[in-house]
Amino acid sequence: MKELRIHGRGGQGSVTAAELIATAAFESGMYAQAFPAFGVERRGAPVQAFVRFSKDKIRLRSQVYEPDYIIVQDSTLIGDVNVFSGMKEWGIAIINTERRIESEVPEGVRLMTLDATRIALDVLGVPITNTALLGAFAAATDVIHLEALERALRHRFSGEMAEKNVKAANLAYNEVRGGTV
Amino acid sequence: MTQIMEGSHAVAEAVRLSKPGVISAYPITPQTHIVERLAEMVADGLLEADYITVESEFSALSACLGASATGVRVYSATTSQGLALMFEVCFNAAGMRLPLVMTIANRALSAPLSIWNDHQDSISLRDSGWLQLYAQDCQEAHDLHYIAYRVAEDHSVLLPAMVCFDGFVLTHTYEPVDIPGQEEVDAFLPAFSPYQRLDARDPISFGMYATPDYYMEFRYEMERAMQRAKGVLKECGKEFGERFGRDYSDLVESYRLEDADTALVAMGSLCGTVKDAIDEMRGEGKKVGLLNLRVFRPFPFEDVKKALSGVSRVAILDKNVSIGSKGAVGLEMRDTLYGTGIEILDCIAGLGGRDIRKRDVRRIVGLAEAGGGDIFYGLREEVL
Repeated sequence: MKELRIHGRGGQGSVTAAELIATAAFESGMYAQAFPAFGVERRGAPVQAFVRFSKDKIRLRSQVYEPDYIIVQDSTLIGDVNVFSGMKEWGIAIINTERRIESEVPEGVRLMTLDATRIALDVLGVPITNTALLGAFAAATDVIHLEALERALRHRFSGEMAEKNVKAANLAYNEVRGGTV
Repeated sequence: MTQIMEGSHAVAEAVRLSKPGVISAYPITPQTHIVERLAEMVADGLLEADYITVESEFSALSACLGASATGVRVYSATTSQGLALMFEVCFNAAGMRLPLVMTIANRALSAPLSIWNDHQDSISLRDSGWLQLYAQDCQEAHDLHYIAYRVAEDHSVLLPAMVCFDGFVLTHTYEPVDIPGQEEVDAFLPAFSPYQRLDARDPISFGMYATPDYYMEFRYEMERAMQRAKGVLKECGKEFGERFGRDYSDLVESYRLEDADTALVAMGSLCGTVKDAIDEMRGEGKKVGLLNLRVFRPFPFEDVKKALSGVSRVAILDKNVSIGSKGAVGLEMRDTLYGTGIEILDCIAGLGGRDIRKRDVRRIVGLAEAGGGDIFYGLREEVL
């Protein structure tokens, strides 16, 4: 079983991202479970959402404390929240930032950064970064395939909104595949 | 067909396929997604039901009670403060022998305000005459609604039923759920056939006055119906298993209890985490198992006693507390196991959404083995 923890701020679509990844994993033939951290969410406040993936049925219901992967939608969270808490050795951290943040990342974490806000603004016209980060997640891990993610996006959104989100995911996917993790 | 969906939507699908004629509910976190989805289904023509919007939970359940008395299948859903506001109507529905089905998205009770999960809300209605079923995952939350309708409406039972599933922990979790087709559901759950109903051409009354000469007999009849419900639950659970491949013929689920020394006892979504913890401990040679109380009312005394006949000790995870006494499950277990010599540790745990991890389950097994007394598990040290 693999576990993902998504850190974001209220309004950035962290819960939707968790549901989309679980849907994509399910469509790829895996069992998946997605759920939010049940906090007092307000727009802009730190929020978390979780995803578990496994080939077998998942029974565990506690929150994710030792993730294999984290996605951080907003790098300004790093000072406020210990986003790296409990990460497994050589776990992958996918962080949305335009800055160089290597010095803020603990040893033993494989860091992958991208400017998902730029992609979101270019493609969607709003700084909602979740779908771009999902593309990055697909590229950086073997957990979900890009095609399954595209199907999940088209299932969730319709018409032009679906295609724009698919494009954002693809741009992020290619940017990560072009770089190194 | 198996699809991935939110637990609340899995419940809404079960309600749609159960074809209630009247739905009345008042939205409250974390039940909201169920009734929002049902309102959409009615508006979109996917479900032919009267959706009665009301100003409170008291009115919601009252509308369901009245509608049920006219002979239609009804549905409501609530949680926590909403269920507290329904208190009076709950006792009325049971006393009038009306087979309402209501989902409880389990949540703690105020004060202090908590929107998070525990079982205090439904447990506080344990004496109301409603059946209480507890789901451990979203699939069970879906399936148990069909069984609840079948058993509640059975003419040998005629008592309302609560299907309890954990707020947020299940209501807001996406996971795969198998949704059967309408024809399959219709074959298992035929249209509601009322034993008696309000009809202006043939007037009768429900819930009238009972003097001291008769009141006790009404209560005794309810108790007898509740005892008969055990057999009906088993039969319907077995038939459900034959039709859908998921068996609910046992009122309790035994997990690795065969040769267990220590049995954990839990209800609802916590059972999944406990099973994972048990597998880890079994891997280390510890003989532990789980008793999952799927049915809390009627309380399955005989089934519990049989399932635990080989254990030396029991550790209960009670997500509720009767302030001034013990946890509700702990009390039932002490009654059931009286005279067997089995040691009992009652842990009040996970109140108000406090997360329970595998390591907590292991610690509680350790406490039971050490022979300590009943506790509130995992308190902050500053209050001790």
